[in-house]
Amino acid sequence: MSDNGGLQAWATSRIAAWSDLGSILDGLERKRDHTVTETLRAIELYRALGRDLSIVRRTLPASRMTRALAQSYARLHAVIYRKPHNWRERLRSLFQDEIPQVVRELRGSIQLVALLFVLTAGAGYWLIATYPELIGLVASEQMIEGVEGGRLWTEDIVNIAPSSVISVGILANNITVSIVAFVLGVFFGLGTFYIIATNGLMLGAIFAFTHQYGMAGELLKFVLAHGMVELSVICIAGAAGMMLGESLIRPTHATRRESFRQAAAKTSKVLLLCALLLVVCGFIEGYISPDPDYPMINRVVIGFGWWIVMVGALSGRLFGGGKQRQLTPAGGL
Amino acid sequence: MSSPQITLQTVTGVDVELTIAGPGSRSYAFVIDWHIRLLLALSWLLVGHLMYFGGLRMTDNPGSGYTLWVWLPTLIIYFFYHPVLEIAMRGRTPGKRIAGVRLVTREGDIPGAGPLLLRNIFRILDSLPFCYLVGLITVVLTDHHVRVGDIAAGTLLVMDHDSSPSSFASTAAAKSGLTPQAADLIQELLDRWPALDEHNRGTIARTLLARVEPQIAADDLARLSAVDLRERLIAKLSNP
Repeated sequence: MSDNGGLQAWATSRIAAWSDLGSILDGLERKRDHTVTETLRAIELYRALGRDLSIVRRTLPASRMTRALAQSYARLHAVIYRKPHNWRERLRSLFQDEIPQVVRELRGSIQLVALLFVLTAGAGYWLIATYPELIGLVASEQMIEGVEGGRLWTEDIVNIAPSSVISVGILANNITVSIVAFVLGVFFGLGTFYIIATNGLMLGAIFAFTHQYGMAGELLKFVLAHGMVELSVICIAGAAGMMLGESLIRPTHATRRESFRQAAAKTSKVLLLCALLLVVCGFIEGYISPDPDYPMINRVVIGFGWWIVMVGALSGRLFGGGKQRQLTPAGGL
Repeated sequence: MSSPQITLQTVTGVDVELTIAGPGSRSYAFVIDWHIRLLLALSWLLVGHLMYFGGLRMTDNPGSGYTLWVWLPTLIIYFFYHPVLEIAMRGRTPGKRIAGVRLVTREGDIPGAGPLLLRNIFRILDSLPFCYLVGLITVVLTDHHVRVGDIAAGTLLVMDHDSSPSSFASTAAAKSGLTPQAADLIQELLDRWPALDEHNRGTIARTLLARVEPQIAADDLARLSAVDLRERLIAKLSNP
């Protein structure tokens, strides 16, 4: 029999096995909890496809059959070598071990970013206390007119929209600010520096402005319940962004790209927790902060209470973890 | 210039090369997805509006229900389209599927939810300052044609043409005495038939038929119309 004849006979004998490949691969990809029998079948198919591909590559290089077999083989390879999926275990590991480990690594950066925030807030306060006419740079005309008329803009929030709508808007905005503070770290940390500094500057300036009209206490009352966690989380996101920038300035791996990838995978896990914390902050800011019926003491308790929960979550103690352990390689978020 | 590739190394020693999608395929997939998500979001907005007001009229203050049940889902559809579908469809979206591309890790595996979320977080940066300019520039300049989000998440966009059963059907021609090489060429020509210029496909079809059916006279072949040529090629693959 000629070479072609042999090849034809072999290909004909394999058609039945190949014709069902598409549906078999779709089924294997879709399912995550395969039985032992299915797994053994998949491994056997993987070996058989490997043999087929090897033969076809020699005899029919660059043919459609070779391309199609190679693609099916790659898909099956990806299914077989897919990491085991146990979302409960994954979440437990993430919140108990991985996030606390990253937070420990970020501790220095968090302190640095918090210091930057405090310093810029002080600078903003000094700037407006010394040059009150500059408030137009950080506050809208409507806000300025309101304060000058003895009324904080926060008092009108619930008149504009109901608390549910305000909460969703606020939490979406805060999460966006945190993500931006993190992502802009890619500009060697300068983007993060800018976001943190402008936020600090604005906060300090607004407090100085309201202080001039004897309303700083009212503003503090509004901010206290949600602000402690909200500002802390923005600083943490900023610290994560700083780590991104540092990975490019002082690479820890062979290339800056690899160093950046590792830093992004590691620090993004903290962002997930930050987002969850900000969701609750959004609801506090929508429902509790603008409500004049809540006395100061309640706001202090809520603010400190939520801040302690945040510290517990960041350290892993809230989820029963918090001990230093050796982590598996970073996989992102 | 050949497209960049990554090699998927397997324990069996049979390595597979995955072709990395270039800026064209990426942009094509994105444009399709952008239209789909825009249409979905606008559809929800329209349906929600009609259900809320019972018509196309609008009041000055539509109320919080309108924001929560009409605007919010619209924004969620628009902004969460990519992360949700990429996770649910294991690195694909409808646009990627149509464009014949899919996301893989640098090892060629299916990416998990973490890397997929991370690459979408970086859309904020890639979309700066407008029309994904940062993303487009990095795609053009990097070896593996990746945007910043892909660098951060360690993902790649590779070509993923459907290996339909017709890819293997050419082997069926073994029964009709065709060599697998000739069967493969005929199948390829038939698949590309509508896209080819009439003169070119006629020339290729006649050359192929002359090889696989040497008994046909050249004059007879020259007289065959495009329809006849196609039918003859199909018959060559399907008839024993």
